[in-house]
Amino acid sequence: MPYFIFLVVFVALPLLMVLIYAFQDQSSGKFTFDNFAKFFQRGEDLRTFLYSIEVALINTIICLLLGYPAAWIMANSKLNKSSITIMLFILPMWINMLIRTLATVALFDFAKVPLAQGALIFGMVYNFLPFMIYPIYNQLNKMDKAYAEAATDLGASPTQVFTKVTIPLSMPGVWSGVLMVFMPTISTFAIAELLTLNKVKLFGTTIQENINNGMWNYGSALALIMLVIIGISVLLSNDDSKRDDEKGGMI
Amino acid sequence: MENQEYIISIQNLSKSFDGKKVLDDINIKVRSGEFVTLLGPSGCGKTTLLRMLAGFLAPDEGTILMDGKDISDTPPNHRPVNTVFQHYALFPHLDVYDNVAFGLKLKGVPEKEIDERVRKVLKIVSMTDYEDRDVESLSGGQQQRVSIARAIINRPKVLLLDEPLSALDLKMRKDMQIELKEMHKQLGITFIYVTHDQEEALTLSDTIVVMNEGKVQQIGTPADIYNEPVNSFVADFIGDSNIFNGIMLEDRKVSFIGHEFECVDEGFGENVPVDVVIRPEDVYIMNQDTGAQFTGKVTSCTFKGVHYEMFVNTDDGFEIQIQDYNAFEVGSTVGMIIRPNDIQVMKKDHVINRFEGQMTDSSHVNILGEDFECPETGFEAGTRVVAEIPFDKVDLTDEQSDGTLYGEVHALLYKGNHYHLTVRTEDGDDIFVDTNDVWDKGDLVGVNFPAQDLIIRKKDENV
Repeated sequence: MPYFIFLVVFVALPLLMVLIYAFQDQSSGKFTFDNFAKFFQRGEDLRTFLYSIEVALINTIICLLLGYPAAWIMANSKLNKSSITIMLFILPMWINMLIRTLATVALFDFAKVPLAQGALIFGMVYNFLPFMIYPIYNQLNKMDKAYAEAATDLGASPTQVFTKVTIPLSMPGVWSGVLMVFMPTISTFAIAELLTLNKVKLFGTTIQENINNGMWNYGSALALIMLVIIGISVLLSNDDSKRDDEKGGMI
Repeated sequence: MENQEYIISIQNLSKSFDGKKVLDDINIKVRSGEFVTLLGPSGCGKTTLLRMLAGFLAPDEGTILMDGKDISDTPPNHRPVNTVFQHYALFPHLDVYDNVAFGLKLKGVPEKEIDERVRKVLKIVSMTDYEDRDVESLSGGQQQRVSIARAIINRPKVLLLDEPLSALDLKMRKDMQIELKEMHKQLGITFIYVTHDQEEALTLSDTIVVMNEGKVQQIGTPADIYNEPVNSFVADFIGDSNIFNGIMLEDRKVSFIGHEFECVDEGFGENVPVDVVIRPEDVYIMNQDTGAQFTGKVTSCTFKGVHYEMFVNTDDGFEIQIQDYNAFEVGSTVGMIIRPNDIQVMKKDHVINRFEGQMTDSSHVNILGEDFECPETGFEAGTRVVAEIPFDKVDLTDEQSDGTLYGEVHALLYKGNHYHLTVRTEDGDDIFVDTNDVWDKGDLVGVNFPAQDLIIRKKDENV
């Protein structure tokens, strides 16, 4: 019961209000599609939106390319004999993201690296890498070694074992990782503001600005658009990994 | 030339994990097309040996020859063997067809041939029409069939099966045993089969290799192993048996359970302690005592479907298990006969506990890492000695702390009127104990050697 109240007050109600605000005219409060029309008409916001998705995709891909091998090495008992390595990778997840980002800014300042798009991508990868590594590591770690042995027994070379068995079987973990990195990166704004000194604007910042400036209705419409995108990505990945859901990664 | 006849020849194979020897000087030869079973209790090393044949483990010492070539260093993907895993290990991301085709696809066999061969093996394992099924939707028995199909489609020279039926229920297991035997005949492939189920081994095999504690105990046909066990471990592990201490008086004459019997064994020498095995179905039981070799009272009688299983206490105090088609009333006096042919005489591995050590002073000896009081010997401290103590003189205590040494009951054998225990100490030494008390395997016990029963000799004195 307390759960239910919590859900209603802090999840359902705010979502409902976002929904109502998004379809309301700012001045008259009447039902309207104007807020959405405005978004597609104003080239700047649409561009920011597409750019945010691009940044999120780049971030997710880099995290995956770096995170998968890292997870694989950690899950491989021959290469990694201590649990401290795993701790070291997971430890940053416990520190507040803002503090980490501020520390990154300080480091870049110290090294005289200009704060721009490169710094933004670096900061995002740095922040979200553990969220990619952990679910993949989890999946690989609990994978029955017998599958790899069976593949070897049937004539697969170590490379073939990796491509034909290890990767397909770790896909639920990969999907979890991708979701956990992609979804929050679309909506980040603090990292972008701090790491680019507001030079690069992401969609999260656009929403935040609108709401801060009292444009509640337009801001809600933008938030709703983002929610829809996130919802679609969740549905897509669920579809792909449905079969493995019971064995799933982190989500 | 000799090598040509054997497809696999395992020579002096040894393997240790963390300093513990799991395989100790294994020598096995396997003929092409043979159905060989590695049989033993869990922890006997049979699975380790199979994994070495598959190539997942490298031997510490010794070689494995296949077709006369040393394959000890060949990685598993280059060996002409395939494995059926205990828990199937079917790839969950592939359907039945792709699981079975896995090996052929790796080899780059043309699509059309793969298709034909998959259909053929699925037919052999009676899984036609299951090609598109998700492997996780199959029952245990069906998964096992697919995993057999996945292995045999590659036409291996040797098929390794690691307790493939252990996860199935009894009825299914019996059916699969028959099918496996059929498949073996049909395919002509050499099967090496690992199991701890002695009945399964007797049913399936051409040759059984009985293993215990990393050593081969006996290699032979099922009938050989059953009828002529070489030691009490094999006799006890395979089938029901009565095992007694006996004395080989002379050739063809053995004494046990307080009587002398004619037997067919020769060459043991005179008055040599031996183990005697009598199978329960080999004891003739009758109502009158005329013509009987010995007599006793029936203590229990249970119907077992085909026969009755009875326990009889002989007048000399030994308990004998007997199987007969006729029931004999509990409490009735019966006579019994054992024919010479049915008496299996085996050499004893040990007749006395023997430990090497040295004197700490003239009346204390250090053996097994502890000091024990012993009769006054007059030997100086530091003298290297051999200490002996008969099996029945060793004292066991419930409380570990009450013993000078402590250990775990590692094996036990009922010998008709007492138990023969093997107590393993922490350091891995074995102490053999004859006792009337009932202990269980795994019991932790304290061990004492009464001072007056220790027999001390200087080490260099020959026996």
